[in-house]
Amino acid sequence: MKNTVFLGTLAAAGLAAGLVSAATLDDVKARGELNCGVNTGLVGFAAPDANGNWSGFDVAICKAVAAAVLGDASKVKYVPTTGQTRFTALASGEVDILSRNTTWTFSRDADLKFTFIGVNYYDGQGFMVNKALGVSSAKELDGATVCIQTGTTTELNLADFFKTNNMTYTPVTIETNAEGEQQFLAGACDAYTTDASGLAATRAAFANPDDYVILPEIVSKEPLGPLVRHGDDQWADITRWAMNALIAAEEYGVTSANIEELSKGTENPEINRLLGSGEDNLGAMIGLEKDWAKKAIIGAGGNYGEIFAATIGESTPIGLARGLNAQWTQGGLLYSPPFR
Amino acid sequence: MATVSDAPKASFRLSMLIYDTRYRSITIQIVVLMLFMAGAAWLVDNTVRNLAALGKDFSFAFLWNRAGYDINQMLVEYSNDSTHGRAMFIGLLNTLLVAFMSCVAATVLGVIIGVLRLSPNWIIGRLTTVYVEMFRNIPILLWILVAYAIFTEVLPAPNAFRGDNPTASMILFDSVALTNRYTAIPDPLFYRSLGNIDVGLFLISLDLLAIIAVITGSVLVNRKLLAHATAVQNATGVRPVTWWKSILILIVPLVVLLVALGFHAERPVLRGFNFTGGLDVSNSLMALWLGLTLYTAAFIAEIVRAGISAVSHGQTEAAFALGLRPNRTMSLVILPQALRVIVPPLISQYLNITKNSSLAIAVGYMDLRGTLGGITLNQTGRELEAVLLMMLIYLAISLLISAAMNVYNNSVKLKER
Repeated sequence: MKNTVFLGTLAAAGLAAGLVSAATLDDVKARGELNCGVNTGLVGFAAPDANGNWSGFDVAICKAVAAAVLGDASKVKYVPTTGQTRFTALASGEVDILSRNTTWTFSRDADLKFTFIGVNYYDGQGFMVNKALGVSSAKELDGATVCIQTGTTTELNLADFFKTNNMTYTPVTIETNAEGEQQFLAGACDAYTTDASGLAATRAAFANPDDYVILPEIVSKEPLGPLVRHGDDQWADITRWAMNALIAAEEYGVTSANIEELSKGTENPEINRLLGSGEDNLGAMIGLEKDWAKKAIIGAGGNYGEIFAATIGESTPIGLARGLNAQWTQGGLLYSPPFR
Repeated sequence: MATVSDAPKASFRLSMLIYDTRYRSITIQIVVLMLFMAGAAWLVDNTVRNLAALGKDFSFAFLWNRAGYDINQMLVEYSNDSTHGRAMFIGLLNTLLVAFMSCVAATVLGVIIGVLRLSPNWIIGRLTTVYVEMFRNIPILLWILVAYAIFTEVLPAPNAFRGDNPTASMILFDSVALTNRYTAIPDPLFYRSLGNIDVGLFLISLDLLAIIAVITGSVLVNRKLLAHATAVQNATGVRPVTWWKSILILIVPLVVLLVALGFHAERPVLRGFNFTGGLDVSNSLMALWLGLTLYTAAFIAEIVRAGISAVSHGQTEAAFALGLRPNRTMSLVILPQALRVIVPPLISQYLNITKNSSLAIAVGYMDLRGTLGGITLNQTGRELEAVLLMMLIYLAISLLISAAMNVYNNSVKLKER
């Protein structure tokens, strides 16, 4: 751990000479592989299966970008990062894109010199407790011991929440979600706090999920999204629009089932532009092929809604409702700018 | 005809820098130095350029910004409104605390194990061998994690102490509670406290200062008493009885002071989620302390054994011939001579403890690495500054320990005339 940060720092400071100047797109094409920073393991969002194949909601973004750029969604090297190592990994060029439930904040955008390419999950920080405690609201947690992942925005939100409500707490800092799970289950902390989606994913992996309850309070805004380095606008555009393609596809009813048929040409010019079946060649404007978005959608495993349903939706053990993450037409916040 | 003429003066040629043995070593050294400096300059230049390319500046101003996060163990005042610099200071104190505790415990344990390893008793000798081989051949991180896992998984949660029929109970007359989060111990308090003095960075308790002063005074007086007894013994051959005087001198002033200050201990009580009122010694500190101590004690034991073995066996035989019992032979004859061999490698072990304490992050103990190199680094994104600062601080601590131990080494080493 210490070494990782240190080496990462050295790499960021000393060895990134070529990386900042060259275009990331060319690097990725030359390498034939996309380096994608993901979580070390959060069921539903990014976790490897028994064969080492990664899948999940955040992983879909990696696949979409790889498919759009390289034409093959499997050409991704997944780099597991912790809350502590993720920014160093991105800044040093170890990964081309970081898709790891990372909260978009002002200082990360401006001071850490990253570009958030959008929001793929609107989240908020919540608390999970054992039902046996008999706690029904986060405001009853005065004096509690709280497990928290270090290096995250939740650390600061937690301090603010307890201060605002005139309560005290003891933080137990842990490094990864797995450690947090272990401490929480052993009763070394009364409450576990992280983004509500993360809590749901963590609880789903418990032996007795029903013994634990996620408290109703959401104490912060956590817009989670993928991010890239400052200074390469072309790469930022590619990744941003690869994600928007997934969102737009759901809005226009493009699914993995009908995409082949729709890409032969439809009455809807917007779909034609998106899938590259019309006159306009949007792909050329960002240095990709004409049907880049089609590849992205197929590579990611469908449109945003399909990915959501397959990885974290209500039919999965994680069981998250769409809520804020529904399309704007359905009362949610998802809104892709037009493909024009 | 004897004409003495000077040897013909060879004029200096450039090739002599390599082929002439008088100049060769200097040439090589200068070339190496230039290469080294060029390498260093390249690194610095590269860093500066890349920082500029990333649009990042190099500044320590973040140390004066609000930290915004909480720390679970602090020796002096800290809140999330304090600065990052203050958080770094808290981390530094935590590092020093665990390093100091581990150095003391590892030395005591190491000396005992080292001496026992030389024991003629077969079982004791073998047991200590097993200890040494087991602890020094398994990475320290694992020992720390094992200790932490045991604390977390075996001990009961505070909740288990609740109710009419609790599954766990406090020990030592209901004054200490061992939980899987911390050990709650009674908090020493004073009814008539002398207050605190502010020394800028932190508050110092006047009560503590008074206690230290009284104990120091007692020890000094006791030493004078013993010196007097020795003088009498040297003059008359009979040593006056001093033990009860020593006890009086050492204990009575302290007791008087504590009574005057109104000393009492506040017991921890289970209130809400946790024990309150007492002092909480976190399990992360205990696990780190245990791990560091057990691991390093194995090395110190070997150093002590080597030091004792280095003292010639003739010394032991001579001491026995003079009628000294084995205990006194060890403490009066062997150990003082062995110290000369023991102390220099012991310094390295102390440095190792201090540096290994940065493994604290594994158990969530907020040391320097956890605050400055962990949360602060992450929240501010100042990797280069934070890591450089951390390296500087560890270097400074290590050099200070080295210097202090060297002073001690000079006092025990063989005085050669």
